[in-house]
Amino acid sequence: MQRRRFLMTLPAMAAGPALGAGFDPVLPGRPLVFPADHGAHPAFRTEWWYATGWLTQPDGKPLGFQVTFFRVRTGLGEGNPSAFAPRQLVLAHAAIADPGLGRLRHDERSARVGLGPAGFDTRTTRVWVGDWRFELAGDRYQAEVTARDFAYRLELVPDGPPLLQGQGGFSRKAADPRHASYYYSRPQLRVSGQLSLDGVARPVSGKAWLDHEWSSELLPEGAQGWDWIGLNLDDGSGLMAFRLRDAAGQALWSAATLRPAGQSGQVQPREAVSFTPLRQWHSPRSGIDWPVAWRVQVGARSLELQPLIDDQELDSRRSTGSIYWEGAVRALEGGREVGRGYLEMTGYGKRIRVG
Amino acid sequence: MSGHSRPPGHPARRLALAPVFLGSLARRRMATLFSLAAIVLGVALGMAVQVVHESALGEFGRGLRTLSGEADLQVVGPRGGFDEAVYTRLAARPEVAAASPVLEIEARLAGREDSLTVLGVDLFSLAQVSPRLLPRATDGEDRFAALADDAVFLADGAGQTLGLRPGDRLQVLAGSAPLALRVAGDLPGLEAGRRLAVMDIAGAQWHFGRVGRLTRVDLRLREGFTAEAVRASLQPGLPAGVLVQVPEAAEDEAARLSRAYRVNLTLLAAIALLTGGFLVFSAQALSVVRRRTEFAFLRALGLARATLFRWLLAEGIAVGLAGGVLGVALGHALAWGALSLLGGDLGAGYFSGLSPRLQFQPETSLIYVLLGVLAGLAGAWLPAREAATVLPARALKAGDEAALGDGRGHPRLGGAVLLAGLPACLIPPVAGLPLGGYLAVACILTGAVLLLPALAAGLVRLLPGDGPVPARLAAARLAAAPGHAVTAAAGVLTSVALAAAMAIMVASFRDSVDQWLAQVLPADLYVRAGKASGSAHLDEALQARLAAVPGVARVDFIRHDSLRLTGGLPPVALIARPVAVDGSTLPLVGRRLTAGDLPPVWISEALQDLYGWSPGQRIELPLDGRPVPLQVAGVWRDYARQTGAVMLDLALYRQLTGDRQANDAAIHLASGASVDGVAEALAGLAGPGALEIARPGEIRALSLRIFDRTFAVTYLLEAVAVAIGLAGVAASFAALAAARRREFGMLRHLGLSRRQIGAMLAREGALTAGVGVVGGLLAGGAIGLVLIEVVNRQSFHWSMDLHVPWLSLLLFGGGLVALAALAAVVAGRQAMARSAVLAVREDW
Repeated sequence: MQRRRFLMTLPAMAAGPALGAGFDPVLPGRPLVFPADHGAHPAFRTEWWYATGWLTQPDGKPLGFQVTFFRVRTGLGEGNPSAFAPRQLVLAHAAIADPGLGRLRHDERSARVGLGPAGFDTRTTRVWVGDWRFELAGDRYQAEVTARDFAYRLELVPDGPPLLQGQGGFSRKAADPRHASYYYSRPQLRVSGQLSLDGVARPVSGKAWLDHEWSSELLPEGAQGWDWIGLNLDDGSGLMAFRLRDAAGQALWSAATLRPAGQSGQVQPREAVSFTPLRQWHSPRSGIDWPVAWRVQVGARSLELQPLIDDQELDSRRSTGSIYWEGAVRALEGGREVGRGYLEMTGYGKRIRVG
Repeated sequence: MSGHSRPPGHPARRLALAPVFLGSLARRRMATLFSLAAIVLGVALGMAVQVVHESALGEFGRGLRTLSGEADLQVVGPRGGFDEAVYTRLAARPEVAAASPVLEIEARLAGREDSLTVLGVDLFSLAQVSPRLLPRATDGEDRFAALADDAVFLADGAGQTLGLRPGDRLQVLAGSAPLALRVAGDLPGLEAGRRLAVMDIAGAQWHFGRVGRLTRVDLRLREGFTAEAVRASLQPGLPAGVLVQVPEAAEDEAARLSRAYRVNLTLLAAIALLTGGFLVFSAQALSVVRRRTEFAFLRALGLARATLFRWLLAEGIAVGLAGGVLGVALGHALAWGALSLLGGDLGAGYFSGLSPRLQFQPETSLIYVLLGVLAGLAGAWLPAREAATVLPARALKAGDEAALGDGRGHPRLGGAVLLAGLPACLIPPVAGLPLGGYLAVACILTGAVLLLPALAAGLVRLLPGDGPVPARLAAARLAAAPGHAVTAAAGVLTSVALAAAMAIMVASFRDSVDQWLAQVLPADLYVRAGKASGSAHLDEALQARLAAVPGVARVDFIRHDSLRLTGGLPPVALIARPVAVDGSTLPLVGRRLTAGDLPPVWISEALQDLYGWSPGQRIELPLDGRPVPLQVAGVWRDYARQTGAVMLDLALYRQLTGDRQANDAAIHLASGASVDGVAEALAGLAGPGALEIARPGEIRALSLRIFDRTFAVTYLLEAVAVAIGLAGVAASFAALAAARRREFGMLRHLGLSRRQIGAMLAREGALTAGVGVVGGLLAGGAIGLVLIEVVNRQSFHWSMDLHVPWLSLLLFGGGLVALAALAAVVAGRQAMARSAVLAVREDW
């Protein structure tokens, strides 16, 4: 039953040909200004606040968590006087990777902005749908999610200024500079809060990573999907890397930024980034073979990625029409764990459909 | 086991006796067949009405449940909708997990007579409350296709009837302007055959000119909250006329609306079944008389009295069982035919837009089979008791066949029962059903049957004593042995009473409707844009253009809406149109208020009955979300809206609500203006097909056509009742004639010719039927009055003027008498075919 296929919101990366009218272009040379750029940018087509991280429970067992708020400008209803006009939508996904369960707990919310129970702030990070919210209060982010079989209320505290990706926040996705986004990250977020699983509450703490990215035309022609990582290394540094793949699985475009502890980000040259799959996991539900373990080469560093659990597949065919893998991973160097973070893989089933 | 068996249960004996008793049914084939046919028809009609209605109601309920999905509560208001701020407030309530706003529009289809329900929905909240309504975009549609303001999604029933496929355009009217919506996909969660369309609420509000309005909000509550508690806490915060109710309430409303109609039809079927019982009775009674000697032998041979009694009952049960089973099968077949031809409401218009499928109902079927058995059993009871009580020795002597009934009936009891019908008429409706009325009908029928022998005796006394021999013989027979006549005449009486009552009621109703139509359609031309909840209307600019058409002297604009006055009762129609201060332009009934101190409102009879309002009473109506104090100025007759209607003067309505739109316009022409010319000019004001122009004559003809279609089923029932009555006469005379072979032989010996005996039989038949017809017409007249004054008034809340179709009744009664005479002759001829000598020798 693909009854909600229309909702089409894929985590990371939206694009396709612009509808022509009205979306602001992403241009190089526009400096990001804070706190204003923490807020929403409704003139652009797609925007997200994407937080992922590892949590430790009181008994020491780890969990992965993900919470994402998408803002989408549909290009529809611009001239409609109805308060329900679907000009802007807010869609949110939340998941918990629970090794005890062996798979993800997942839930989602979506609504139109206006008379719908959703909204965003353009001055600072504040976005909500129903009783789910994500906002920057003072110097700390707050995430609140109440789902079917889990709920959490987390505080995420940055350790420094935003990490601007690409050229001062202008992050290219293809050779054609039209395909780009404004993109910054908050690595090494210190997390604390409450988590309930099946109604049992417990305090949790951990480390997280936040991406805030907005764009109007993201994916280039021929892109089948992407692989992305955001890692908090134990030495206090943070590493982001992604690559876009074509139908043959070859990289169309790659990028990486390494931020050593206490320093500013070092953008790596494209050629210095490579992703090599190490192990496949076959999903019994979708039949997709996911490369759940990787060797990622960024410059001189060579990291081996191993998943917290193999099954972190997220079947959102009902809502987004696609299946993706979004999961907690450990980063190893020379067989020794050097950090933790998240890996995202899309387009392994069918081509990621966006825009 | 077998050691405990009593004689009736002994297998061997049962085997031996079965051919004697049950075989007798086969030997008197005609009589059995008639009894069987009557029971089959009664059961079949009742079953058909039941099946059709349950199928329609079931379909209706399923449809409603699909629409309301998992909603715990629904917020509903006037058909015109309410402020969307209500939704914002509800969505923010802590008890509410999800609130799904809906704008329901009856979209008028361009170039077609009918309309299509379009639901404007918010897909996001819909997913949480009524997921089965979610649309599915066709492959290749844009990812936000379902949010596009011009995209519409059709349920398969709508797609099929309109012949639309994805990518096509759905042409509707918004206001009086055409609007093309793109068919972007379907509604896969809905059951097959639904006629429904879904589009985004923002697009619906915008294109249909309803920005800021909603017609419904479906609420799903958080866990831990009960619907009733939340309902009570939400209601006070809502505007006047906006109600919170549980989703089942809508289903109840529909059931309530059609219940009276269904119960009325079922009762007619019950009367048919009753006639069937009578027929079994007459056939059994006569058969028992013929077989007295046979029984006497059996008794003399040691057959226990109780065993004889049970076997005779078994004969009736066998006929009843066969009739019940066949009737249930035929009923389902009839229901299938009715569903495909007339629709789920048998043409009465309660469930438009539904295409219910036939549903087999095991429990109901069993009940109807049992009813058939009961009719057979009840019919066989008295004759069986009589046969069992007769002493064998006495019965072995011949010629004692008149011992059926005591011959004189029970005039006192009959009179008492008849009179008991009067107070029964005064009983107020029970749960909306006119039970007192039905009781009165039963009293009249029973009383009339009990009085029938006295009536027969009285009528015979009125006959001239000096006619030809056959005439005197016939009269003497009726006077001397009315027991025989009574059985046949009672069947005739019952069926004639039913048919006459229905004829009088329908004629009165039709005549009153006809007069009422003339009264409510005083103008020369009518312009209609659409129904109250419809997408089409006349805006102010168009109203001005209508008034400015050359040849138009005056235009009365009419606005339709509906109001929610109380939970649990269906919405009440609101009509705003120019009303004379004294109400003289309305079909008023009863007194009216001459001088009130509040603005006047005119209420229909249904409101008088349902809410107990009367002229002079101060009431509050929710207009534009506010309670508005008004005073009831008078009561008017309304045959169009069974659930009640309030009428306001248009100027007053506009002043109170600020709503300046109109749905209809009544055009009065200037003297000398050509009706056709003005009609053409009016039609040219808006796009092709946007305005319906009708002459009062056309509307009247259409209304009467709908009326006749509604009553098609009752005509059918009447015909069946008459057929059953006639069959009764034929069956009785067939049996009687066979039993009277000796008598005919004797008469032939005495010198009467075959022709003379035929004439005698014809007169006997005519007299018997005549007694039944006279009694039936009298009883029918009384029942007709009860139907008009009690049953209809309490079921549908409308009064009507009595109109007796004298000529039809006369022709009908005369025809029935003639047919009965013919039936008697045909039945007698068979008996007379035997030689007179042989016939007399039968009498040892």
